Amino acid sequence: MDFASNITAAALFQQVLVGLSRTTILFIVSSGLSLVLGVLRIPNVAHGSLYMIGAFLTYTIAAAVGPGAFGFWIALVLAPLGVALLSFAAERGLFCHLYEREHLMLLLFTFSMTLVFNDLVKLIWGSDYRSFTAPGFLQGSFDVFGLPFPRYNLFLLLIGPLVAFGLWFLTNRTKIGKIARAAAVDREMVGAVGINVSWIFAATFVIGCYLAGLGGALVAPTQNITQGMDHTIIIEAFLIVIIGGLGNIWGALLGALIFGLTDSLGILIWPQFAIVFPYVAVVIVLLFRPKGLLKSTW
Amino acid sequence: MLEVSEIHTYYGLSHILFGVSLEVSRGECVCLLGRNGAGKSTTMRSIMGLTPPKRGYVRFQGVTCTGEKPYLLVRRGMGYVPDDRRVFADLTVGENLEISARNFTEGGWDKERVYAFFPALEKIDHRRAGFLSGGEQQMLTIGRALMTNPELLLLDEPTEGLAPLIVQMLEEQIHALKKSGLTVLLAEQNLSVALRLSDRGYVIDNGVIRYHGSAEELQKNEAVRRKYLCV
Repeated sequence: MDFASNITAAALFQQVLVGLSRTTILFIVSSGLSLVLGVLRIPNVAHGSLYMIGAFLTYTIAAAVGPGAFGFWIALVLAPLGVALLSFAAERGLFCHLYEREHLMLLLFTFSMTLVFNDLVKLIWGSDYRSFTAPGFLQGSFDVFGLPFPRYNLFLLLIGPLVAFGLWFLTNRTKIGKIARAAAVDREMVGAVGINVSWIFAATFVIGCYLAGLGGALVAPTQNITQGMDHTIIIEAFLIVIIGGLGNIWGALLGALIFGLTDSLGILIWPQFAIVFPYVAVVIVLLFRPKGLLKSTW
Repeated sequence: MLEVSEIHTYYGLSHILFGVSLEVSRGECVCLLGRNGAGKSTTMRSIMGLTPPKRGYVRFQGVTCTGEKPYLLVRRGMGYVPDDRRVFADLTVGENLEISARNFTEGGWDKERVYAFFPALEKIDHRRAGFLSGGEQQMLTIGRALMTNPELLLLDEPTEGLAPLIVQMLEEQIHALKKSGLTVLLAEQNLSVALRLSDRGYVIDNGVIRYHGSAEELQKNEAVRRKYLCV
């Protein structure tokens, strides 16, 4: 295929939709990463592993419940909760003792957690890849200007705004969200008005990791569930958080949009080099906005 | 109500407080006077558990609570107004107050009462705290501390860097707080304001309490004022 040879209005529209559904996954995962980074100041490299565990758990739960829509929905609800539970244990048992340490220590620690989590995945699921399919009504595709668009992607397009709204509501309309925003900027003063910051951190960490699990659960029917799916996502999620502005959830949304759309449009424009496009976009953003597009909480 | 005995506090390796002792009885307003860097804020932070002392003890309402976590001290009835204000800049004025609400009992401090006390705050309920003037931020930090319904208020340099008119208003309001029965420990550089508000005063210099006396005695003792306060 030659450069930009297959661009038509319909194909463009189709790729935008594909890009937006990719954006949904990227946004869900990176908003969780950003939340943890912004409030707890932990660069959680293990976030990708939790995403992977979310995907494997979805497979296992769906397989255990049985085929059909019911298993899928149960898995979609339970798998992220399982990841949240795991992260809760990790936070109370390990992370909560380390908040005062410098960032390098935290980075090394979360990196060591990726090794632990990855071996855990190997122990439980082995090194084979898994795959499972979405229930019937989400399979197949429908026509968008004569080109096929997968139904499951449409489902993702509905989930994305829901999660974004949920996060907006959580951070702006609930007391815990307001306290978390205050703690992101001045955790000492939050303690000095009588709030036990430790529990706010635990809750924020668990919510952030829940989002990693949710991302993994949602992506599970669309790709092979394998060892190594954590590496790809964590690099992408960190880049998204960096170009969006550290700790800013709307920055994560903006970053995910840029990343998802350049990725999918790149395939249309220059398929052989499609993988380069999002990274070029990251470089361009950082050239002009080294601190990210939106206000960072750091 | 508050008894601080021989506390030694460090920032990392630097020794800041050298055996500071002071006492505040219920209903009193006591001031802690001293120059910049004398150790006023560190004393406040030590009492509040933000920079726990390495030696010595802090006793509050008869319970030794040296180095206890700040949030627990707040629940015991300590309120803290930091010298650098530190409002939660991303939240609105109202949200700043709401998340600080604690220990409420009938007739205590809630948002309405804080707004009645500082009417200027009510008008900017929806404004982000980061966009407030210095005086408004100071009212908010005091209001925020009041929302925790303290029995002892630690006020760290509330008048620092504010316009004279605002200072006068704050002085009146602190006086009103004192009259309502609140116990206050006030760290100040502004001698005239501090002495008008306080019953007693301590003078701190280089991390050591150099003088202690009633407000009148301090007013009269020019030697101490000249030596430690440069006035």
